[in-house]
Amino acid sequence: MTWEPVIGLEIHVHLKTRTKMFCRCAVGALDEPNTRTCPVCLAFPGTLPVPNKRAIEMTLRLGLALGCEIPERAVFHRKNYFYPDNPKGYQISQYDEPLCVNGRLALPGPDGAVEIGITRAHLEEDAAKTLHVGGAEGRIHGATASLIDFNRAGTPLVEIVTEPDIRTPEQARRFLQLLRQTVVELGISDAEMEKGSLRFDVNVSVRPAGSDELRTRTELKNMNSFAFAARGIEREIDRQVAIYESGGEVEQETLHFDPGREDAPPLRSKEEAQDYRYFPEPDLVPVEPRLEWSPDELRAELPESPSARLERVLVAGLELRDAEALNAEPARVSLFEAIREAGVEARPAATFVLNDVARHGVDPARVNGAELAKVLMERDQIPREALDAAVAASANDDFSAAEYLAQRTVADASELDPVIDRILSENEEQVAAYQAGKEGLLGFFVGQVMRETRGKANPKAVNDRLREKLKA
Amino acid sequence: MDTLRLTAQAAGGMLERGEVSAAELHGVYRAAIDERDPELHAFLTTVDEVEGDGIPIAFKDLISTRGIETTAASKILAGYEPVFDATVATRCKQAGLPLLGKTNMDEFAMGSSTENSGFGPTRNPWDPERVPGGSSGGSTAAVSAGLAPWALGSDTGGSIKQPAALCGVVGLRPTYGTVSRYGIVAFASSLDQIGPIAKTVRDCALLYRIVSGRDPCDSTTVELPQPVELPQAEDLRGLRIGVPKELNETEGIEPGVTESVNAALEQARELGAELEECSLPRSVDFGLSCYYLIAPSEASSNLARYDGVRYGYRAEGDGDIRQLYARTRDAGFGDEPKRRIMLGTYALSAGYYEAFYGQAQKVRTLIKQEHDALFERFDLLASPTSPTVAFRLGERTQNPLAMYLSDVLTIPSNMAGLPGLSIPCGLSDGLPVGLQLIGPQFSENALFRAGHALEQALDFDYVPERLR
Repeated sequence: MTWEPVIGLEIHVHLKTRTKMFCRCAVGALDEPNTRTCPVCLAFPGTLPVPNKRAIEMTLRLGLALGCEIPERAVFHRKNYFYPDNPKGYQISQYDEPLCVNGRLALPGPDGAVEIGITRAHLEEDAAKTLHVGGAEGRIHGATASLIDFNRAGTPLVEIVTEPDIRTPEQARRFLQLLRQTVVELGISDAEMEKGSLRFDVNVSVRPAGSDELRTRTELKNMNSFAFAARGIEREIDRQVAIYESGGEVEQETLHFDPGREDAPPLRSKEEAQDYRYFPEPDLVPVEPRLEWSPDELRAELPESPSARLERVLVAGLELRDAEALNAEPARVSLFEAIREAGVEARPAATFVLNDVARHGVDPARVNGAELAKVLMERDQIPREALDAAVAASANDDFSAAEYLAQRTVADASELDPVIDRILSENEEQVAAYQAGKEGLLGFFVGQVMRETRGKANPKAVNDRLREKLKA
Repeated sequence: MDTLRLTAQAAGGMLERGEVSAAELHGVYRAAIDERDPELHAFLTTVDEVEGDGIPIAFKDLISTRGIETTAASKILAGYEPVFDATVATRCKQAGLPLLGKTNMDEFAMGSSTENSGFGPTRNPWDPERVPGGSSGGSTAAVSAGLAPWALGSDTGGSIKQPAALCGVVGLRPTYGTVSRYGIVAFASSLDQIGPIAKTVRDCALLYRIVSGRDPCDSTTVELPQPVELPQAEDLRGLRIGVPKELNETEGIEPGVTESVNAALEQARELGAELEECSLPRSVDFGLSCYYLIAPSEASSNLARYDGVRYGYRAEGDGDIRQLYARTRDAGFGDEPKRRIMLGTYALSAGYYEAFYGQAQKVRTLIKQEHDALFERFDLLASPTSPTVAFRLGERTQNPLAMYLSDVLTIPSNMAGLPGLSIPCGLSDGLPVGLQLIGPQFSENALFRAGHALEQALDFDYVPERLR
């Protein structure tokens, strides 16, 4: 039987606000422990939450970027549970009336785009951080004490939940990549996994291909990279398929990965039937996002989505790898497109941006692409050094192609022949070897000629003349 | 100086004229506390330092006061000193009101007799064998016994109005959202309101003027649509008063209470008010049950923070975090908070939420609509505040349901978020009877006006007979 994976994602992103979600403490999860706290985020008796409007606006912008609908009314709920990192005994989150619903993110790929449904994006507060000491590897088991750092408590957190529309680990990786890029380019989060400002859980199940049932899923937690996640999902799919094929049943459970050790088998835990006793947060009034903000205006101010940009680059004819590498920075794509417009083919243009421009550490946003393209198109007619110098100077305000194009290479046989003849006569052994079939030696001769002419020789012309002469 | 008779307004006049200093005035009340509070136990904490040049005040012990123990009468908060002032405390400070102390209450404001205090009950100044009502019984007893000219209490299901009635003083439960809850130890967030308790309606208005108004720290507050007016009028001409028969004829209302209230209503008619019977069928039938779903639900969540980790009481002993929670909460909470935490946890549980909490919220909307409809015909509604006069200590402690019924008349309008004023309107068996006046949202000025005119006409002597 063929099995089809069914994958859904839940992504948490810290918002880059100056202050916390419900109090005025500075956000600073990584600062000196317990220095970013106040009576509100420590849940002293009588304190009340006041929502951070910037955080709501950032969530709305993200929702709009993901094609979500913005409802007339959004409500904060209390999610009740006891844990020392949860000082109020409840987390203020959203439940059945989130800020953003029913979106989608197009996942462009080599075989066309796949749409991944966004169930919802909602706003909540992060928990404090617990540190277990005295036990092994910071685990709670065997620890002698647990320390709590409340700096992170109350940091605004957006949770994005997808529909179970993802079908391959590779799609999951690409989705996470694009989503991360979307939030970074919106300027609403650093979304850095190593700093904990982006975290995600994966829900995985499998079903017979062609069926539309949803079987028991397992939840994968704590993965520290998109590639790690893709491999973890792959293994989980294999495991579930093996269980079904041997007549077993998959159990609902959570797999906790060790972010420090990718090869370590995940810890498994049965999903407790946790009852969070959600109810509307009575200390807050409902949010009316369409009255307090204008979704149309917010939408109009959005930057181009990385998804649309990737789609365009792929359509231009690039491999996914190059397309993603270009898409990692909007300015790279703009430069790529400027160079293309000037008449360079897609692949050499991409290679040029990804290799030459990157190698010189030039800021692609500042490069005059049209002017640089003029140099690039003549790369065979000018010395290598001239091209390098042009790339290095391409971000300067007064950059002009003319200076570099003036440095033509020597292609004239009457100038090249004397040099070539001398080199061939000085290397009789190699000539004999070449003629005996070691054609790889051509590069050796080309190198000699280039050195002799200090790079001024036209490589193509040198190649042609060498082949001609060595044929004899 | 006779603090038993002195109103806040009169005390303010003496301060203004320089007849007494704020420190002297504070000292006089502190002396009265030393003299009479050993019997009454209205105060949990007293304050010697005089901060401010105005009329002294007492706060119910759930109002956070920086550096002064704030326990909500719970052992779980014993020794807890807030690092910040509640907004109402800040406003009183800004108005120059020096604090006399923190008053006793039912633990976390859960109760109607102040017997649920973790630190022992308060006694009624009219009869120390009887309860002062609750949960703001410490504040109402303090004002009644001349231990404070005025005080702040809190009212969730009737916790200002009911003890005001039982102690023969005036208490206002303001419109929900007009007084900040920031820094108030929470019981049921959607119902809790801070309000003034005093000997006269004018004093209540003065104090309400000081503490009311939007607070950026409490998202549920609003600015008052009109400023607070000190009532002047001595008549009730043009005032339409509805008399809901369910609130006046419910089973359990003592004949003496009905008699006093009817006499007061007759007085209102003589002052020019138009009275007419009306009906609140569902509000009174379902109000109490809905309240006992919504308030415990919110309480179960609000009280989750008392876990022994950051402040307050922590049980000793080894074990993991679950055991720490369990032992701390078992030893720290009294029976009533435990009972309500269990009720609320149950009502919010998956599978029960819709039937209990969800349904109660729907009925709450109905209650609000039922009141709104009456206010198209009436300016105010009138009823007894409490079905009975002050009952004996211990009389209802073994029967929670009987205790809950103490608030049957105050709960319906509270559920609708409406303001209510209780003024003493007479005696029954030598104990005060309270008249409850209910108005639409933001109608405090109308309540003050009516309350003041009636107060003048009724001429109730608020000094407990045995202390005169």
